[in-house]
Amino acid sequence: MTNSINEITNDAQLMLLIGTNTTEAHPIIGYKMRQAKRNGAKLIVVDPRRIDLAEEADYWLRINSGTDIPFLNGLMHIIIKEGLHDKEFVRTRCDNFEALESTVKNYTPDYVSKLTGISEEDLYAVARLYAKTDRAMLFYTLGITEHICGTQNVMSCANLAMLTGHLGRPGTGVNPIRGQNNVQGACDMGALPNVYSGYQPVINTEIRQKFELAWGVSLPDKVGLMIPQMFDAANNGQVKAMYILGENPVLTDPNSNHIRKGLEKLEFLVVHELFLTETAEYADVILPAASFAETNGTFTSTERRVQRVRQAIEPVPGQANWQAIMAMSAELGYPMDYNDPEDVWMEMAFLSPSMAGITYERLEEKGIQWPCQSCDHPGTACLHAASFTRGKGLFQGIDHIPPHEVPNEEYPFLLNTGRILQHYNVTTPYSMAIQSMWSEEYSELNPEDACKLCVETGDQVKVSSRRGTITARVKVTDRVPPGMIWMSFHHATSPTNVITSEGLDPTTKTGEYKVAAVKLEKV
Amino acid sequence: MEMVKLTINGKEIEVPAGTTILKAAEQIGINIPRLCFLEELSSVGACRMCVVEVKGARALVASCAAAVAPGMEVQTHSPAVMEARTTILDLLVANHPLDCMTCDKMGACELAALCYEYGVKQSTFDGEKHSYPLETSNPFIIRDMNKCILCGRCVRACAEITGQDTIDFINRGFNTKIAPFFDEEYVESNCVYCGQCVSVCPTGALTESQMAGKGRRWEYTKVKTTCPFCGTGCNFDLCVKDDKLIGVTSNPDAPVNGRGLCIKGRFGWDFVNNENRLTTPLIKKDGKFVEASWDEALALIAKSLKEIKEKNGADSFAALSSARCTNEENYLVQKFTRAVMGTNNVDHCART
Repeated sequence: MTNSINEITNDAQLMLLIGTNTTEAHPIIGYKMRQAKRNGAKLIVVDPRRIDLAEEADYWLRINSGTDIPFLNGLMHIIIKEGLHDKEFVRTRCDNFEALESTVKNYTPDYVSKLTGISEEDLYAVARLYAKTDRAMLFYTLGITEHICGTQNVMSCANLAMLTGHLGRPGTGVNPIRGQNNVQGACDMGALPNVYSGYQPVINTEIRQKFELAWGVSLPDKVGLMIPQMFDAANNGQVKAMYILGENPVLTDPNSNHIRKGLEKLEFLVVHELFLTETAEYADVILPAASFAETNGTFTSTERRVQRVRQAIEPVPGQANWQAIMAMSAELGYPMDYNDPEDVWMEMAFLSPSMAGITYERLEEKGIQWPCQSCDHPGTACLHAASFTRGKGLFQGIDHIPPHEVPNEEYPFLLNTGRILQHYNVTTPYSMAIQSMWSEEYSELNPEDACKLCVETGDQVKVSSRRGTITARVKVTDRVPPGMIWMSFHHATSPTNVITSEGLDPTTKTGEYKVAAVKLEKV
Repeated sequence: MEMVKLTINGKEIEVPAGTTILKAAEQIGINIPRLCFLEELSSVGACRMCVVEVKGARALVASCAAAVAPGMEVQTHSPAVMEARTTILDLLVANHPLDCMTCDKMGACELAALCYEYGVKQSTFDGEKHSYPLETSNPFIIRDMNKCILCGRCVRACAEITGQDTIDFINRGFNTKIAPFFDEEYVESNCVYCGQCVSVCPTGALTESQMAGKGRRWEYTKVKTTCPFCGTGCNFDLCVKDDKLIGVTSNPDAPVNGRGLCIKGRFGWDFVNNENRLTTPLIKKDGKFVEASWDEALALIAKSLKEIKEKNGADSFAALSSARCTNEENYLVQKFTRAVMGTNNVDHCART
């Protein structure tokens, strides 16, 4: 997030939500949005589903799946046409306005309305409201990124915020709400194929030399593989051994039959896990993992806040994960010499300028939001106050990119997927309390379609895509529009990712979990 | 900012206009008892425990709701105030089961703490008592409405923190009760099991099912930590007894979420105690996993990875790190992959 969570209730006058079911996927943030709305802030929800926050919204725009770019271009078309853009911000803080202007010129309200399913009247109203409100926060989640055009969707959100000057001040910003407890931190730590910790590129010689000196080894200068490429490489025999820590790609990655085949082909697989998961079944060696309650360390939240994780009980498997990784490294001839996780943090902070000022001691009370370059720096609640990372913000002219796969005669339904309130990906099914109430998939299906298929809530349907077939119970509800089935991916008994699309965003290799074509049959 | 001068218990104090008497007293270290008042919620002045004597006022004043005024003279513990508070407690206890010895809230019960402070052992009133059935139909929250003192904190927490509006006051007089629509149980309502109601309840009316009978409140060690579920970064306390995790409770000082949590954060922690947790390394032999020592497992990993690397080169290895794990674990996984295995093939589920 460019901005901070507490700005929702403290500063924002308007919240524009695109593709985020916040009260279920990020409940505390969603509850704050509801508080802000009830205290007078405006709320605009753009989502194909009538999510809980849609009930409270000033405007709920039921957008057709995969039409975010035309929608955002349509808003910008109106804003520019009516001269509502922040001309001063555009002139002093941004580049390339002409490219944006000439692209969005083509996205007339009439054309956009036809593509998105949103009325022209609502497009005008929302464009004017967002542009004219002084402090407006834009939020998105995976409804924006999990498309083949995820990168362009994000850039379009940035275009809109820059155009209206909604950046760099409290109560504004482009705010992706990150899904997992430490997905921000895993990126910050360099668990990515192209960067070391603090987003320092592996292909930069000077930086590589810094790490070589610190670690006492020579380091590879070629960017590594992203997850989908790893499984492609496993399938074609280039990758032969893997170590997987705390991930269950068989359930969570799209097109999971491809993942299973890749895992099968590996010569050697180590899985470091809490449970004997679907992925661990493929392992040659399983290392038992310690949970968050059994280790010291830090997580970094969606607002870049680094916070302490504190050990409450002894590690169930006898070793914390950092100790196990150290032991593995020592066995391979590279002893690491850390007394505790704090030592690890200090090495990382020393090597990473954006986090150099963060110490465990400073995290004690309230954590710190990076960037925090020195020990007297208070951290950064709001990014881009004076300038952007590259200096000026770069507008991009972006055209509509339709989904990889759209419903047709044979596969007439659109499959959309996501998280439900009670579950968190694939960990909560191990909570006996939660599982005792929500142990099965209930896919959402519109009453119109349910009627045609002769199914009622609780009935089983067979859901098939070009990649496989699964069965699931349905819940008949007008939360979803006709023509859509919405499924969660929490339950091993209805492994939704068997049927999700193989379409990927070519830049990020993120799967298009939000759009696939499927057919439904009553069981 | 406009400042107001007043005296509390003879001490002069200056506070911003609009400050309540209760907050002003806190600033000079005077603690006024309260049951319905809670910092994060709106003030309703319902329980009357916080009454104080204000010179010239017609009656005792609820200090949680009344704002200071210039020249005000306040007595927080005068005989009239003490008598009023004792009577209020006496009345509350008249219809409150005194099964404190087995009550799970004992040790954290605000009613018990005040009765102790004011010397209220049992009620001097002998009246009708409720005998509501215990609600245990959901796996998260036990509702014992016999212990409810109608302070309304839960109603406000549900409305003001979560915005779910599941519960409210129903009926009148002695039959007043807090309940979901149509006096149904939580399982029949729109409750999202965030447990905000439990975290604000001053008595044993609302308690955590998972913690029932697991230990007395003073036996727990509380360890402040960060939630392992979504990316919001909520903080809470892990409750530990005898090296066993027995529950999660709100930590009001949490910078992002305060007292608020969701169903996953407050009640999903029990995956840690799941009996299917792996406790020892496993090695696959003839298609079956067999238990192994850490030494055996690590030796096999080292031997296999070395062989594969020597035969096929460093890029034949790839590591998948985890957005569930700590920063330090992630840093070590990427360092291991790069420095030990010699490849940049490291990624995690940010993109999947």
